[in-house]
Amino acid sequence: MTDFALTTFSSKGKLLQIEYALNAVAKGDTAIGIKAKNGVVLVVEKKQSSILVEESSVQKVSLLTDNIAATYAGLGPDFRVLSQQARKLVKKYDLKYQEEIFVQTLSRELAEDVQVATQRGGIRPFGVSILIAGYDEEGPHLVQLDPSGAYYSWKATAIGKQAKNAKAFLEKRYNADMEIEDAINTALLTLKEGFEGQITPTNIEVGVIRDDHVFRILPPSQVKDYLEELE
Amino acid sequence: MSGIFEYNGGSIVGMKGKNCIAMACDRRFGQQMSTITTNYQKVFKIQDNILLALSGLNSDIHTFYALMEKEINLYNLKENRKMKPTTFANLVASALYERRFGPFFVTPIVAGLENGKPILATYDSIGCKSDLDDFQVGGTGGNYIYGACEAFFKPDLSPEELEEVIGQSLVSGCDRDSLSGWGGVVYVLTEQKLTVKILKTKQT
Repeated sequence: MTDFALTTFSSKGKLLQIEYALNAVAKGDTAIGIKAKNGVVLVVEKKQSSILVEESSVQKVSLLTDNIAATYAGLGPDFRVLSQQARKLVKKYDLKYQEEIFVQTLSRELAEDVQVATQRGGIRPFGVSILIAGYDEEGPHLVQLDPSGAYYSWKATAIGKQAKNAKAFLEKRYNADMEIEDAINTALLTLKEGFEGQITPTNIEVGVIRDDHVFRILPPSQVKDYLEELE
Repeated sequence: MSGIFEYNGGSIVGMKGKNCIAMACDRRFGQQMSTITTNYQKVFKIQDNILLALSGLNSDIHTFYALMEKEINLYNLKENRKMKPTTFANLVASALYERRFGPFFVTPIVAGLENGKPILATYDSIGCKSDLDDFQVGGTGGNYIYGACEAFFKPDLSPEELEEVIGQSLVSGCDRDSLSGWGGVVYVLTEQKLTVKILKTKQT
C-alpha cells in the first residue's frame, strides 16, 4: 500500500496510465452493444485459448440486477471486480430507496469507482471498458464506461479489437426504428464481420433485455437459431 | 425524563382523499407544562408533491427534517429528477433505521401524490413503515385525533371536504390534549396546488 499516486500527468497533459489501459482494452475481445426501440442487446466474443478450456465456465456477460447487465473488453479479472462492485451498488441503492436503480445512476456511481483508481495512491486504473445494458423506467439504455471513469450513452457501439471496423459497420446499419430482433441480428452480423475463424454458439455470448425489464443471457441453443438465421 | 416523546408535545395527522392528500398539525412548542411558542412548524413541503409531518422531540423534528431536505436536494441534483413519493417514504424508513441504537425521537408521517394517486405512510421512531391506512396520526394528541377521524372520515373526499374533516379531527384532538394545540395548520395537496389554512383551537 503506497502513499503516492501511480497515475500522474505527463508534460503534454496526458495520463499515460489511462492511455495504456485503453491499449489493453483495444487488444481485448470485441464486444458490441445495440440499443433498439424496445430493448438492448450485448454480444461478445468468447475466444478460448485452447480447445481444452471448459467454455461454459467462462461468463463474459454479467447480470448486475434483474434489468441491467454488463460485458467488457480488456482484462477479465478487472471486469469481475467491477461487476461485483456494481452489484453491491445496486443493492445499497435498493436498501435505501427500495426502488429499481436507473441505468444512468448505476453507471455514474460505478464510474466514480473507476475514476478513483486513476487518482488514489498505490493503485492502477482498471484495464477494461465496460458496456452496460439495461431497461429501466426511462426506457432502454446502453452505456460505455472507460478506464478513465468517463461514461457515454450510445445507440450502438463496439469496444475491443474490432471496435473501429465494427462501429463503421454499425453506422451504416443502425436506424432509430430498430426493433430488438433486428438489433440482435445486426449485432451478430457486426461481430461476424471481423470474426477470426468460424463463429459458433459457444465461442460468443449474447445477452438481451426487452421491454419486460428482464435481462436474459441466451443459451447456446437460442444463439444457434439466430446464427442460422443470418445465413 | 418521563417520556421524551411527550416533552415538547404536539400532534400531527395525515389523510387521503380523492386524488388529494391532507396533513395537519398543531402549533405548540412547549417544555413540559410551559408553552414556549405558538407558531412552531411541524409539516414540511419536501417537494411539490410530498409533505413530511413530524411529531416528537422538537429538536429531532428539526434535525430530521433538515436531513431529509439534504437527501432530497442531493437526489434531485445527482439524479436530475424528482423523487417519487413512494421512494421518499422508503428513504425515511431507511434513515430512521440507520439510527436504530440512538434513534431520532420523532414519529413521521409522509403524504404525497404519485401520478395523481394519494400516498400516505407512517413510522415508529426506528423506521417501521406502515402505508395501509387512509388516515394516520402522531404525537401526544394522536389517540384523541383517532377518535375524531374514525367519526368524520369517509373515503374519496374532495379537497374541500378533506380540509374540513382533517381540520375538525385535529381541533377535536388538540382541544383534549393539554400538550397540543395553540392553533392548527392544515395543508391540502392536489395535483394543481397546495393550500395552507390556519385554524383556531381552544387557547389553552
